Amino acid sequence: MTRNARFVDERITLKYGTGGGAMRALIEQVFAKGLGDVGDDGIGLAAMDDGAAIRVGDQYLVIATDSHVVQPIEFPGGDIGRLAICGTVNDLAMMGATKPLALTCAVIIEDGFPRDDLKRIWESIRATCEEARTTIVTGDTKVMGHGELDGLVLNTTGIGLTDRLVSDAGLQPGDKILVTGTMGDHGLAIMATRNELALETTLESDVAPVHTLVRRALDVGGEGVVALKDPTRGGLSSALHEMAEKSGVGIIVDETAVPLRDEVRAVGELLGIDPLVSANEGKAVFGLRPEVAAGVLDAIRSHPLGRNAAIVGECVAERPGFVVLDTGFGSRLLAEPEGELLPRIC
Amino acid sequence: MCLGVPGKVIEVDREMQIATVDFWGVKKQVRLEVCDAPVDPGDYILNHVGFAIRRIPPEEAAETLALYDELLRLADDQDLMTADVRAEIDAAPDATRSPKGAPDGSQ
Amino acid sequence: MGPSDAFAQLKFRDPARARGLRDTLERLVRLADHAPVSVMHVCGSHEQAIAKFGLRAAFPQELQVIMGPGCPVCVTDVPEVDEAVALAKQGVRIASYGDMLRVPGTSQSLADAKAEGASVDVVYSVTQAVELAREHDEEIVFFASGFETTAVATAAVLVDDPPDNFSVLSAHKYIPPVMEIVAEMPETKIEGFLAAGHAATITGSKVFEKFVERHGLPVVIAGFEPLDVLAGLVKLLEVINSGEPRVENAFPRCVTREGNVHAQKLLWRVFRPTGGRWRGIAHVPNGNLRLRDEFAQYDTRKRFTIDASALWGYAPPKLVQQCQCGDIMAGIASPTDCQLFGKECTPDKPVGACMVSAEGTCKIWHQYGGRPDLRSIKRGAA
Repeated sequence: MTRNARFVDERITLKYGTGGGAMRALIEQVFAKGLGDVGDDGIGLAAMDDGAAIRVGDQYLVIATDSHVVQPIEFPGGDIGRLAICGTVNDLAMMGATKPLALTCAVIIEDGFPRDDLKRIWESIRATCEEARTTIVTGDTKVMGHGELDGLVLNTTGIGLTDRLVSDAGLQPGDKILVTGTMGDHGLAIMATRNELALETTLESDVAPVHTLVRRALDVGGEGVVALKDPTRGGLSSALHEMAEKSGVGIIVDETAVPLRDEVRAVGELLGIDPLVSANEGKAVFGLRPEVAAGVLDAIRSHPLGRNAAIVGECVAERPGFVVLDTGFGSRLLAEPEGELLPRIC
Repeated sequence: MCLGVPGKVIEVDREMQIATVDFWGVKKQVRLEVCDAPVDPGDYILNHVGFAIRRIPPEEAAETLALYDELLRLADDQDLMTADVRAEIDAAPDATRSPKGAPDGSQ
Repeated sequence: MGPSDAFAQLKFRDPARARGLRDTLERLVRLADHAPVSVMHVCGSHEQAIAKFGLRAAFPQELQVIMGPGCPVCVTDVPEVDEAVALAKQGVRIASYGDMLRVPGTSQSLADAKAEGASVDVVYSVTQAVELAREHDEEIVFFASGFETTAVATAAVLVDDPPDNFSVLSAHKYIPPVMEIVAEMPETKIEGFLAAGHAATITGSKVFEKFVERHGLPVVIAGFEPLDVLAGLVKLLEVINSGEPRVENAFPRCVTREGNVHAQKLLWRVFRPTGGRWRGIAHVPNGNLRLRDEFAQYDTRKRFTIDASALWGYAPPKLVQQCQCGDIMAGIASPTDCQLFGKECTPDKPVGACMVSAEGTCKIWHQYGGRPDLRSIKRGAA
């Protein structure tokens, strides 16, 4: 049961969709009851990992599914289509399945949605599939009444095979934490585009498929890669909290070692939002045995999507489930974000 | 109180009393009507909820550092630790440079 | 190295100077003839700065830096939040700063009302609320939270001929009166105050002079970069140790004795101070800012009939009276001394300011099971 366990309210509100403790409570107490058991050799619903894994012969079949409801549907650096494809390809990769077999894509369209917008998003989906060397093999189409949904909803499911599963729960004291690039780009880029904030910036989402990057790291690190997660909703903070809690270790992060774009830092300061809780859509967080850390870092840095990779933290036995930030001036506990990011004035 | 962020004035529209201000690479428009002094491009202002509440005189940055250094020396002069720190500060050419510098264009 | 270069590189975050200031602070605390030395800051942004940079773990063990009632959002009392929520449920469009959205009233917050279909817009500045009013025909109510610094911005738009469909629901607060309350609490252990640098940019340091005379407690005005906070504390300890209480300005780049006179005139032209309850603290004379009669046409309370009675269906009637935030903030009590802590008062349904604030003492204790001791964390682990 998760720390700070809470019970699901009478009405399901927005906070249940934001990836934090409330959502986990909902899954534990409602969705996972009596479902999702794949036996001992596999990863099922209760694990709440990036996807599921089912033993098939001498491999694992990995499945991941995601629904995408981002607004605005087109943003600097990408769109809902690219986000959908990358999201699922990356989820598969986070379990160790770095060569997707195929994807599905179901769309729910609001009555009145412009055909040309749909075509543009579909072209982005096609281009991203090509980039990721995969394709969409089946899907579904629905249209709902005007006002019954917000423009467009996409759902993607992906399947892949792998010999070795990488969980997000294999950390032990002494292991190193690595991030593959700058943190907080996507979430703050979306925040910055909100018209009413009137910020002029060149911030872009980092949305990208990172499966080949992960492949390279797994080839070099092998069994030394003990945890893997993509820091999407809730940013690096959420990812590390989950890893720490599931593994039963504490994590100390050297804040000065975390790569940040200057503009991300600036927008974060202006709006009072911490880049470490802001989403990333083209990054991964690795847990590594110390003996493979340097080699994996080099391998990732040799990849175009991993140039700014850095080792940012270490696992300890103390304070299991907690993430401590060494700020360079002192230290603090990194809090888990709850709810959507809101600009702060105080 | 509350989120006041310093930024550098890039452009001033005196008639509309609005300035375009650069905050470490991010630009935003800021209103000038409650600022305590007229501002020109190149000046630093303190922004609070979209209003400039103070023109920060350029010499103040150096004076603030001088204040800190003076406070550092409030301690006993014979204390060796202070001397070490002072030496460290004087020796470091650019003690605040972020170790990673600016990330390159790719991720 | 010119002054503007220093600025651009944020030399107010120099770790070497920070270590030096911290060591000086340690030495000054040891020179004090008692332990612990307790000081209070009265600014949410100071607590944010301390939290963000992890400064508490760097403060000497014998120094207590207590978070006072300086988070204007957290001290906005239940009836004030109810006014905004009631209006939202009556179908009026509300514009609010992000921080206020999740603060609970008697039974709901603006976020709850929004989830039920009310029209609530989050704005970064009051000017955006005015823009909304210009762009739409419907009534736009700006829920004005924040201390005097933020009130200046509200004042600026009110004298600038806002559209007729715009009005202000003022929940603005004024800090100096609450410092009086803390100083006058009989068992208060506070020996000095760190005052908010941005509020003082407006009011000037002179506003604290009579306070220091009356109470014999020093006030040091500090900024918000890590070096500003450390330097401010060093100065405060120096003055405490000297036994000669006075006002000191450790934020000279933004604060002068006179302050921003033009902004002050604007503030008091539009707002008048009036007494009111601050959440979890009690009545603060002159602690609330309300619109003057000349601006009645933009006063939401005069324009609308606000019926908050429907919100009192679930009413924790006596809870507020049992809330110990005032004592906690004065350094007299800790969260576990409060009967409501962890039971009727939790982060999900907070009663007092200390539980509402992200950095409130009670919130942190509840989240982490006490004030975590992070002094043992060493650098260079990675």
